[in-house]
Amino acid sequence: MDISEYFSLVFSDYTLRTITLGTAILGAVTGMLGSFAVLRKQSLLGDAISHAALPGIAVAFLITGTKDTNTLLLGALVSGLIGTFWIRSIVKKTHLKSDTALGLILSLFFGFGMLLLTFIQKQPNANQAGLDKYLFGQAATLVESDVWLMAIVTGLCLFVLLLFWKEFKLLLFDADYTKTLGFNTRFIDILITSFIVLAIVLGLQTVGVVLMSAMLLAPAAAARQWTNSLATMVLLAAVFGAFSGVFGTAISASQTNLSTGPVIVLVASVFVLFSFVFSPSRGLLFKQLRFIKNRRDLELHKTLAFMHHIAETHENISHPHAIKLLNSFQGYTRKTLQKLVEMNYVELKGNMWSLTKVGFEAAANLYTKQSTEDE
Amino acid sequence: MSKIAVKVDDLTVAYNYKPVLWDIDLEIPEGVLMAIVGPNGAGKSTLIKSILGILKPIAGSVTIYGKPYNKQRQLVAYVPQKGSVDWDFPTTALDVVMMGTYGSLGWIKRPRQKEKKAALEALEKVGMLAFKGRQISQLSGGQQQRIFLARALVQNASIYFMDEPFQGVDATTEIAIINILKELRKAGKTVIVVHHDLQTVPEYFDWVTFLNVKKIATGPVKDIFNDDNLTKTYGINFKVSVQE
Repeated sequence: MDISEYFSLVFSDYTLRTITLGTAILGAVTGMLGSFAVLRKQSLLGDAISHAALPGIAVAFLITGTKDTNTLLLGALVSGLIGTFWIRSIVKKTHLKSDTALGLILSLFFGFGMLLLTFIQKQPNANQAGLDKYLFGQAATLVESDVWLMAIVTGLCLFVLLLFWKEFKLLLFDADYTKTLGFNTRFIDILITSFIVLAIVLGLQTVGVVLMSAMLLAPAAAARQWTNSLATMVLLAAVFGAFSGVFGTAISASQTNLSTGPVIVLVASVFVLFSFVFSPSRGLLFKQLRFIKNRRDLELHKTLAFMHHIAETHENISHPHAIKLLNSFQGYTRKTLQKLVEMNYVELKGNMWSLTKVGFEAAANLYTKQSTEDE
Repeated sequence: MSKIAVKVDDLTVAYNYKPVLWDIDLEIPEGVLMAIVGPNGAGKSTLIKSILGILKPIAGSVTIYGKPYNKQRQLVAYVPQKGSVDWDFPTTALDVVMMGTYGSLGWIKRPRQKEKKAALEALEKVGMLAFKGRQISQLSGGQQQRIFLARALVQNASIYFMDEPFQGVDATTEIAIINILKELRKAGKTVIVVHHDLQTVPEYFDWVTFLNVKKIATGPVKDIFNDDNLTKTYGINFKVSVQE
């Protein structure tokens, strides 16, 4: 199946439609919440939470003996929340910084989870196979009820987001100030964090423990490049996330043996890469172009100012001077002279140059013009 | 004697084991423009943050016009240190100033035309109206400080706490800010400023508190801003305050 075939099938084929819808919704909700994680400088929190969820899955299986997705994800949710609150209390009660706390909880929980998974695999029970799909995710196992669950959580998340938008924004920007205004910052904080945990847990089945944090970070990081408004950023991150889900599913469905989770993450990374290079205001490409242009302009201005300096000493401003004279000025090139001629600031006659009236006035106003433009 | 705006009793604050503030008693009369001075680590910012309930003290109490702080929030505005937030946050100058209205709005309610008007007025007061749509990372340090000041002005409070509002601003901004502070005092407001530049204390302020973990002295600048108190606070011999 190639990509065009995928897009013709996606609306009619039940399985494809379910998976595509699921990954799109997942991408949207993680992108949205990821914006908050990125702006709070808690980018690694998602990684810690998703790894912390693994033992929960194993324990839920050991207790219930079923592989029902909802039961296992409930286990993941519980252990993810425990991990998150341990991180919070480590940061609060010890001298350790948050990166240390995140790393500690991440490896501790993940190690414990892996231990339990190996233990389960050694059990004489045919039922145990397939738990390891939560490591890298398996989008193909998504069924309609999973998608419904995702949709409900996303809807709830959107509702809370709109309801407490003002409070979220305030907390993200200035937590101390939020407190002085009388808002319960703990409540807002727990609300945001709980939704982040919930979104991550929902994604474990599709993308898996190991790569889940990329779903949180990549769309948000890409979105930040394009806008200076929080609302636009959240919206864009949701769109990038959703498209990563759809394109990732499309690519992995059109090839054999490409697992969906990693492909979705790679597509999201392409969004990031593209945004880093091509964003008009923050992108590397335009930054470099602006830098080169500014340097050229400055070179031109300096040359013009130098000419003005010489011309000033004469009664007639258009008194011709030798081009050789300019060679003593650092920063002068034949190109700048050519450019000045094109701009009608300078006239050339043989190897003599002279300022035009326009050029003289432009040079005289150069510095004042520059500084008013900066204002 | 005028009314007491802020009263601090037996306030003790510690990070981990080391006390940062030790048994502070302080009465700030209504309508003063007060500097809190002291060396680095003296607990100046901590004092403000404890009064505002950002930090939890080990002991002691704070009252604003005789009532606990959480009953009097509407009367108090805060200007944090400029460096305490990430200025690359995706928002505009006007948006930041609007945040000053969030407290009176309370939970969930969104700012409307009335709040926007108040924010624009505050921007005009600090001379930043032309920058209202500017992304905050593209403002200079002095302009960012003015935005923070405008955000507090919007709160329309009676008592203003400011944490080093003159830090890293140029002379023009410093004069603009001090003029606004003096206007606030003229309007009967109480302004409390963590301040570093001892030279300007007699010129800018009428009330001063010397702090170095313990309270050294508090009172009118003309009475207590002298070498004796400076030496007690900073621990070295001082001969700067002789300039009258």
